[in-house]
Amino acid sequence: MADWSGYLNLILQGALVTAQLTVYGSILALAAAFLAGLGRLSQWRAIRWLSTIYIEFFRGTSIYVQLFWAYFVLPFMGISLSPMAAGIMALGLNVGAYAAEVVRGAILSVPRDQYEATTALNLTRFQRMRHVILPQALPLMLPTFGNNAIELLKATAVVSLISLTDMTFQAQIVRAQTGNTLIPFAMILILYFAMALIISASMRLLERRMTRGLDGVR
Amino acid sequence: MTTPIIRINQLDKSFGTLKVLDGLSFDVMPGEKLALIGPSGSGKTTILRILMTLETISGGHIEVCGEQLYHMQKGGTEVPANEAHLHHMRRHIGMVFQHFNLFPHKSVLDNVTLAPMLTKGEPKAKAEARAMELLDMVGLADKAKSMPSQLSGGQKQRVAIARALALQPRIMLFDEVTSALDPELVEEVLLVMKRLAAETDMTMLLVTHEMGFAHEFADRVLFFDKGRIVEQGPPDQIFRNPEHERTQTFLRKIIAAGHRV
Ligand SMILES: Nc1ncnc2c1ncn2[C@@H]1O[C@H](COP(=O)(O)OP(=O)(O)O)[C@@H](O)[C@H]1O
Ligand SMILES: [Mg+2]
Repeated sequence: MADWSGYLNLILQGALVTAQLTVYGSILALAAAFLAGLGRLSQWRAIRWLSTIYIEFFRGTSIYVQLFWAYFVLPFMGISLSPMAAGIMALGLNVGAYAAEVVRGAILSVPRDQYEATTALNLTRFQRMRHVILPQALPLMLPTFGNNAIELLKATAVVSLISLTDMTFQAQIVRAQTGNTLIPFAMILILYFAMALIISASMRLLERRMTRGLDGVR
Repeated sequence: MTTPIIRINQLDKSFGTLKVLDGLSFDVMPGEKLALIGPSGSGKTTILRILMTLETISGGHIEVCGEQLYHMQKGGTEVPANEAHLHHMRRHIGMVFQHFNLFPHKSVLDNVTLAPMLTKGEPKAKAEARAMELLDMVGLADKAKSMPSQLSGGQKQRVAIARALALQPRIMLFDEVTSALDPELVEEVLLVMKRLAAETDMTMLLVTHEMGFAHEFADRVLFFDKGRIVEQGPPDQIFRNPEHERTQTFLRKIIAAGHRV
């Protein structure tokens, strides 16, 4: 019988890498989503264009290709990223492109009445967005953001392609070394599922906090 | 001699091929209370929305507080107003909407204090003290901490009035502020507006189907049809002795529909 505590430890180290990728990737995705989602609604055409190009490009090409570019091709252009940074970048920008459309859709779903009220109160564009539109759009984004974050978590497994030792990578190592397939893969199945549960539970919590007092609005 | 606070000169407004306002001209004197009446679709709301800069204009000029609203001077020539100019002009004007348009994510108090804090940089304490005075005036001081969703329609509209007043505009626009309300809630809003009209020297433009209220409230009544003024004058004249047939027909229909005159 193999030394399972050592192998378990290996998988937990992988879980840490997966969690890091998910957390940092999600943060980048969130930033990219707001930049591009707001950018698509900008009054300046150049910004609308840039945002659209980003969104269409990252939704229209596969995460594999994006990851290879981030890690293997960018160095030729003088940008060398660590595997972790390349993984975060590819995952964050990829999921951010999807989430950007969520941001845009939620903002557009705030009724025109609300915009007109802010004009009548002489708020600036920025004040309107910051104090009136976004606070109402945010609760609408959260459920889909939760799905996006879970998608990102599941997509982290691709980083083993650029030699990052994430959870899936470690499970394969354990399998190769022990010849046992069931135990390592059952283990990561449970760990992925637990992480996804944590994401959806915290999203629900956040949603509840944000919509407090908003009952009966829509 | 006082000069008008609003001067509308040859105003045109089209939506696509639909001409809604057609060479419209009228002045409003400071402190004047004006009622705009007329059949649905005659362009009354559009006039208020244009004054609030919620629409663009197709032609003509509007002067508010001595300055052009939709135009500005640049290098000696007149050019369309930019956002900065509109922002500068909007301080003079406030508007209350048919559907209240309160901010659902903010408490009653925050609805009222938001704009003064943001646009005038008023400190929170000062903005809140003033908001409480206004809420007290509209009879809702005890609802300051409530959310809009917890209020009745009449209460919401009174909050919306307080919110518009908080910026102390010189001109207030009211667009059918009671027509989205259940009948039993109309009176409480009209009462607030009567007090407002009696106690302030604000200039007020009111679009309404409440003819009884228009009669009592207004110094002058403008009857619109198809984007033009058909007839105007003191309420007694318009409501008791309308000259034009279209005015007479309109008032008859309104009475038949059960509105008081
Ligand atoms: N945004 C718009 N687009 C197209 N037509 C509009 C728009 N707003 C108003 N109209 C039209 O302009 C006319 C005048 O409308 P409005 O000013 O609301 O009239 P009133 O308030 O007197 O009932 C109506 O025929 C209406 O359908
Ligand atoms: Mg109207």
